[in-house]
Amino acid sequence: MNPDSLLSARNLSVRFGGVLAVNDVSFEVRQGEVFTLIGPNGAGKTTVFNLISRIYTPTAGEIEFKGPDGSLSLTAQPPQSVAGLGIARTFQNIELFEHASVLNNLLIGRHTHRRTGLWQDLLFTARARETEILAREKAEEVIDFLGLQHYRDTFVAGLPYGVRKVVEMARALCTEPRLLLLDEPSSGLNVEETEDMAFWIQDIKNELGITVLMVEHDMSLVSKVSDRVLAMNQGQVLALGTPREVQQDPGVVEAYLGSIDDVSSLRRATSQSPVREGQV
Amino acid sequence: MRFIFKTDYAQDIKLARHGGHLFWYGSLLLVLAAVPWLFDEYWLAQLTFVLIYSIAGLGLMLLAGFTGLFSLGHAAFLGVGAYTQAALTNAGLPFPLALACAAGLSAGVGWLVGLPALRVKGIYLGIATLSLGFIVEEVFARWESVTGGNAGTHIQKPDLFGWVLESGTQFYFLCLLITVVATLAILNLLRSPTGRALVAIRDSEISAQSMGIHLAYYKTLSFSLSAALAGIAGALYAHKLQFISPDQFNILQSIDLLLMIVIGGVGSVHGAFLGAIFLISMPQVIALSKDHLPAAVGQAPGLQGLVYGVVLIAFVLFEPQGLYGRWLKIRTYLQMFPFYRKGMFKRQKSFQKSDRLK
Repeated sequence: MNPDSLLSARNLSVRFGGVLAVNDVSFEVRQGEVFTLIGPNGAGKTTVFNLISRIYTPTAGEIEFKGPDGSLSLTAQPPQSVAGLGIARTFQNIELFEHASVLNNLLIGRHTHRRTGLWQDLLFTARARETEILAREKAEEVIDFLGLQHYRDTFVAGLPYGVRKVVEMARALCTEPRLLLLDEPSSGLNVEETEDMAFWIQDIKNELGITVLMVEHDMSLVSKVSDRVLAMNQGQVLALGTPREVQQDPGVVEAYLGSIDDVSSLRRATSQSPVREGQV
Repeated sequence: MRFIFKTDYAQDIKLARHGGHLFWYGSLLLVLAAVPWLFDEYWLAQLTFVLIYSIAGLGLMLLAGFTGLFSLGHAAFLGVGAYTQAALTNAGLPFPLALACAAGLSAGVGWLVGLPALRVKGIYLGIATLSLGFIVEEVFARWESVTGGNAGTHIQKPDLFGWVLESGTQFYFLCLLITVVATLAILNLLRSPTGRALVAIRDSEISAQSMGIHLAYYKTLSFSLSAALAGIAGALYAHKLQFISPDQFNILQSIDLLLMIVIGGVGSVHGAFLGAIFLISMPQVIALSKDHLPAAVGQAPGLQGLVYGVVLIAFVLFEPQGLYGRWLKIRTYLQMFPFYRKGMFKRQKSFQKSDRLK
């Protein structure tokens, strides 16, 4: 692993029965960059995310992560330890705690920083009180950062989609991560909200110094904030480089738009289709 | 309408949010302390039962209301507590030690039941806990050397290191004390990381896990705590009745417990108490009204079951949030008078994730 990289995936493959969802994918995320995964639907982007957050275990390959105590193999960690190592994530279809207030959602994000056990919690000792106040101070910093003051005590179940998206990002920030995984941060957002999202991602990188790994479809957002982009298709790496380089890569263009051969083959298929002729 | 203007983080974690809370809960405690001098022996006994069921309800509320794991066999934990208490008290152990053992053993059984809960969810967990209920009931009936089998067993009066609680009033105060302590413990738990972890598991397991919450640990913990509270309630129940037999801890008891928290309001600590009041007072109300109903209706067998069923269906249809949810609406109406709108508590009818069949 390079000294300046934070996460390094080597030859990752995942097989679900007969489907090879991720096929021999390798990449490195450098410290302090915004690294984006792009690709058509079903390319395996979210599967790569789920591999990093240990929801899936790779069939082959390894992920190495530079944790607080030196680099370690992420694939050997149980899923609940990932947050403690400094990896936080958001979900494509928001997974917030619906029947809790925004503040409580953020406080759950502080779970890895708790300093009390069951008995101290049951008795609510001085230490528990102290940790609770500290957790609130930290949550308040994130609320200030993302401008969620207005929604602090609102229940998530009553919030509009765009705000939930931000709350989910805030909850991830509350874990004080070193690597933030954003799964389609702009999906379902309007143009204005997407612009805000771009600012926040830049702020997260520049002001908080957090490395961001994201999956995104909105190419304007991708080229605005990403340092490097990895394009995938059908589980394989197509191209890796700056947003401009990747956009001009012939393989990427083909994956998104199809090649000229494809189109011409379609044309032939329709005109010579025996079914169509039979109908006429 | 009360606006709480927070100027301090400590204000956010206080149990009593404002002066009103202090006043009303303080008054409630005073009234409860004065009850032995206000009501006769019979109503005192009923109130003792309300307290006992509230403790069991708090346990089930923690499990079903806050962790989202439903148990259809909670009477088993009640029974384990009751029989442990009976065996140890009759063996001469003082009340606090026997109670600790009853809670501990129940928690142990709860932990054991919590293990399948790591794999199965929703209706399948219901079936798993239901079968646990049957197994435990069968054990009570067959293990005659300890439980006395179907003939049941007697239990001596609680003995606090030589001070035997003879009267109903003394026992009432014991129950009141334990209820207050259990309630405070649950409230503490809910305002601390452990309680929030449970709520997180209820609402979204996958994101709870990615926030660093160890699902297996917290689910078994929830089962253990819930079973421990049910065990404590069972121990008190045994002392109150002074006689226990396996059929007191059958499926009907489990259903009563579940009914109690659903009618009280799933997901609120108040719900456990309101549900217990409902569960104890309903048969009394039906018994009292029997005399005023025409004989054909009043003396008909199964009247109680019918009323229970109708009430439950009505709650599920019209007030899924239970008695506590109804009280919240009434309170908001009064606070906002005359500006209360009919749709204020209407949620958007979207298919919420936590309502999904898990």
